[in-house]
Amino acid sequence: MNNTILSIKDIKKKYFTKSGEITAIDNISLDINEGEFIAIVGPSGCGKSTLLSILSGLIDKSSGEIIYPNQSKKKLGYMLQQDCLFPWLNILDNCLIGLKIEKNLTKEKKERVIKLLESYGLKDFIYKYPKSLSGGMRQRVALIRTLATEPDILLLDEAFSALDYQSRLAVSDDVYKIIKKEKKTAIMITHDIAEAISMANRIVVLSGRPCKVKKIFDVNLTNSSTPIENRKCKEFPIYYDQIWKEIDYRG
Amino acid sequence: MDSLDYKKYKKKLLINKILVIFTQITLLILLLIIWQLLADFELINTFISSSPKKVIETIISLHEQQNLYHHIWITVYETVISFGIGTILGTFIAILLWWNNFLYKVFDPYLTIINSLPKVALGPIIIIWAGANINSIIIMALLISVIVTIITVYNGFISTDQNKINLLKSFKATKFQILRHVILPSSYSTIISSLKINISMSLIGVIMGEFLVSKEGIGYLIMYGSQVFNLNLVIAGIIILMVVSYLMYLIVVYIEKKLIKEN
Repeated sequence: MNNTILSIKDIKKKYFTKSGEITAIDNISLDINEGEFIAIVGPSGCGKSTLLSILSGLIDKSSGEIIYPNQSKKKLGYMLQQDCLFPWLNILDNCLIGLKIEKNLTKEKKERVIKLLESYGLKDFIYKYPKSLSGGMRQRVALIRTLATEPDILLLDEAFSALDYQSRLAVSDDVYKIIKKEKKTAIMITHDIAEAISMANRIVVLSGRPCKVKKIFDVNLTNSSTPIENRKCKEFPIYYDQIWKEIDYRG
Repeated sequence: MDSLDYKKYKKKLLINKILVIFTQITLLILLLIIWQLLADFELINTFISSSPKKVIETIISLHEQQNLYHHIWITVYETVISFGIGTILGTFIAILLWWNNFLYKVFDPYLTIINSLPKVALGPIIIIWAGANINSIIIMALLISVIVTIITVYNGFISTDQNKINLLKSFKATKFQILRHVILPSSYSTIISSLKINISMSLIGVIMGEFLVSKEGIGYLIMYGSQVFNLNLVIAGIIILMVVSYLMYLIVVYIEKKLIKEN
């Protein structure tokens, strides 16, 4: 599956503030293959989220290129740390908001979203409001909202870090299964090394500010299955140790 | 079935509530009785301090002359008009300021200055420009309520969760879509609760306006009473105003509850 879906070339981002100029990202290049699950880790405040915001088009890059080799596969879906469900809309309408904004809400798409909700354990909540859902369920709704617009690449920005540890494990397991089942490419930002190893097949370690690619790990686990099971693999602690040292939290 | 302890707890709450209401009413009656007794024994001069009996007589005679309701109606009418225009115009201007940040930066200091200026100072100018009539009163009340609305609603707009805005932006939403799908719905409760502030603001403006120009309304009753040194009329006016403003407040609170529940 060496089919590049997204190619990042020499991305640079500078911020201008009253007190001066800050280089947040310094020459990041990365190729992402179709169907890959990439995790990006790095010290906090290094500009991981900035990179994702640039990819999603929320902020502009200072220089560099973002190339989609296959022009028919360039649609992005963005999943944030907060589920950002709108309390004034029911679950179905929350999931349809993206389609509504894109003025692309057809009957078929609506039915597809309902099917997604049903197949991922939210059948009884379709017409309920977000406040009656648990944190884990809300995050699943957020994923379905992202999937509703049929993106080719999913961007997950610390998507689970607002959850407590137990639901975090469960939800990352769920989300992983959904992403794999829908055969999506995913780029995930996280500060949780274990989460990265358990979910990704490649891990990109970024340096502190200005952030560069420090090292890329190919994750090969024996008997790799779901994120929770992956944590039991014998290579898991080895990767953990290597990545942990690489990130170097002191710097 | 509730447990015995829970029943006790509920009973305690109820007794407490009754006690509070009882004390409130007793306090009021006591004050009225003392006031009346002081007047009856001529310990105070009823010419300048009136008495409960005389106030009630005044209200009854206003009621018999039929113009009591006319005065109330005029005040309520002016308040509702300026309240309505103030809310709509204020929200609209807040939208404009949100839409164009440059506009906001330009007008921010002006808004602050106008907000801190006691609007009654503008009374003479308003009267000269708009005439000594109902228009002046409405403009006065409008000035007070519109500025407060702009500031409250704008603050509601900018306190919208940036993540929600980013979410819509990631779907390539236009500015209008962001306004329509996030900003307005999430500021809904702010706008509704600004109604509560607004109704009192409008009433303050109306009474101030009536003091300055009018020939009718509750503010006029109070002002007229003081000019002819009829303290009975002044106090009757104040009491009527209290009741009217409290009722209007209750109505707005009721509407607020309804609107927020439906949401």
